[in-house]
Amino acid sequence: MTQPILSLTDIHKAFGGVVAIDNFSLDLHPGEIVALVGDNGAGKSTLIKIVSGVHKPTTGSIRLDGEETSFSDASGAREAGIEVVYQDLALADQQPVYMNMFLGRELTKGPLGLLDKRKMMNDTQELVDELDVRIPSASATIRDLSGGQRQGIAIARATHWASKLILLDEPTAALGVAETARVEELVLSLRERNIAILIVSHSLDQVFRLSNRICVLRRGQQIGVRDTATTDKNEIIAMITGLQT
Amino acid sequence: MSPTAIFRKYELQNYVVYLGFIAIFLFFAVTLHDAGFTSTRNLTNILLQTAPATILAIGLVFALSAGEIDLSFGSAVAVSALSAAVVMQVLPMPLAILAGLGAGLAVGAFNGLLVAWLRLPSFLVTLATLGLFAGVARTMTNLRSIPVTNDFFTGVFGSGKLFGVPSLVWWTVIGVVIGHLVYRHTRFGAHVLATGDNARAAQVSGIKVPRVRFMVLTICGGCAGLAGLLYAGRLQSATYTLGESDLMIVIAAVIVGGTALNGGKGSIIGALIGSLLMGMLNNGLILMGLQVSDQMIVRGLIILVAVAASLRDTTR
Ligand SMILES: Nc1ncnc2c1ncn2[C@@H]1O[C@H](COP(=O)(O)OP(=O)(O)O)[C@@H](O)[C@H]1O
Ligand SMILES: [Mg+2]
Repeated sequence: MTQPILSLTDIHKAFGGVVAIDNFSLDLHPGEIVALVGDNGAGKSTLIKIVSGVHKPTTGSIRLDGEETSFSDASGAREAGIEVVYQDLALADQQPVYMNMFLGRELTKGPLGLLDKRKMMNDTQELVDELDVRIPSASATIRDLSGGQRQGIAIARATHWASKLILLDEPTAALGVAETARVEELVLSLRERNIAILIVSHSLDQVFRLSNRICVLRRGQQIGVRDTATTDKNEIIAMITGLQT
Repeated sequence: MSPTAIFRKYELQNYVVYLGFIAIFLFFAVTLHDAGFTSTRNLTNILLQTAPATILAIGLVFALSAGEIDLSFGSAVAVSALSAAVVMQVLPMPLAILAGLGAGLAVGAFNGLLVAWLRLPSFLVTLATLGLFAGVARTMTNLRSIPVTNDFFTGVFGSGKLFGVPSLVWWTVIGVVIGHLVYRHTRFGAHVLATGDNARAAQVSGIKVPRVRFMVLTICGGCAGLAGLLYAGRLQSATYTLGESDLMIVIAAVIVGGTALNGGKGSIIGALIGSLLMGMLNNGLILMGLQVSDQMIVRGLIILVAVAASLRDTTR
């Protein structure tokens, strides 16, 4: 197997006295989708935030392409090629799609450093066409788009900037059936880009449709990791709840 | 498409200000023709009188777009004009210009520090500093007016001309062009809009949100400083009441010009048109021979209607 893009080893995270993550280890490989599942409060979002540089682990090591790293903040993780699609999307609603695609990383041109809107628009159009995110145009305003289109934009943005890893925290929680299906297709298509994907989802059906491996958390404990092809829902549910079914 | 969707799609609210401008212009042109509303002299006068308000409006577009507001310019203008006038009496004129601009910038930076890093609401902070600096303006010269007699200064900031164009018009044009460029065509402008639109999204995208908040309020202060210089230059004196009556007019100009009260959307050109509209209104009501109290009532009512028309869409 290839060298993992991301290696988490013995990650431990406590908030004051509350242990949110205890002894977590996981390797993510290029082209792989790993699902992170567990009940509310299991520590899924905390883990995402550790990988994306928002939280520092109390102890443990994070290696990126084999190299030990420590992110001082989210910008550090972003610069290292890790992108997050947040539950609440983090889109600026009244701005056009292309400005959201380049939010905080706007392209400029000329000696005055003026915005290169044309290039941002063209690049955005190219990307959404490539990923088949159907929107009226790159200059459409975000709030005129449907929930599925917005999630498509958020994922397209992550895809554009991520060179190593995309973290998805419940990407379809707010979507209808058809929109969920579109977003799932989109996520599957990202596999070809040779980046790793870590997805948090409450829908086991979705997890089984998308993932290569499933990692189960319960109250901060890593219960286990299974190959999706060789496990089934009953086993995963038993691992999540701690009860035999 | 629903009516609101159509309204939004074609950004009709952006045209309300232009339509209103033309309607009011035509109304005054017809009814006040004999009073000389359309005379070159009167129209030029409107342009000159609105210069400080337009400069203030540019600053306010930045503040509102970032989700903040500045009310303190109502007294920062006076502090700036007085600082320039006082310094000019004892020190070389260039230092007076620096003093005037510096006073405005200092007020803005003070607001900015409190808002950006202590996270106090800008409405309350600038309401407080509005009062605070109104007091400062009064104590600076014990309520006295200070004459401004330096010819170069009154030329550059007041009655002078360059290539046949009055200097106040130059300041308006320069302010609008630079303001528009920065607002629409720089990363900073984009960050201002993103911050006002969704501060969390801006922050997780790596935009330094506190810095943006600090900057927009400091820009407002700088605009108040320049407006103070323009008043001092045009009136050839400085007094503690300068800028007081601009508060309502400038806010109305900016809102009518298509800038959202709750951030994320705005227009510098719209603010210019809004400011000219307010100036025209002022002028027309005076030419109509209304008493000051009646002017205030009519102006208040018209602003209400104009603001209501331009806000139609933002409460989706
Ligand atoms: N910033 C924080 N401060 C204190 N406790 C936190 C913080 N974030 C999460 N926790 C705690 O850590 C645990 C895991 O939370 P979280 O990662 O949000 O779970 P999940 O996303 O799986 O529902 C919970 O007990 C939660 O209360
Ligand atoms: Mg969560």
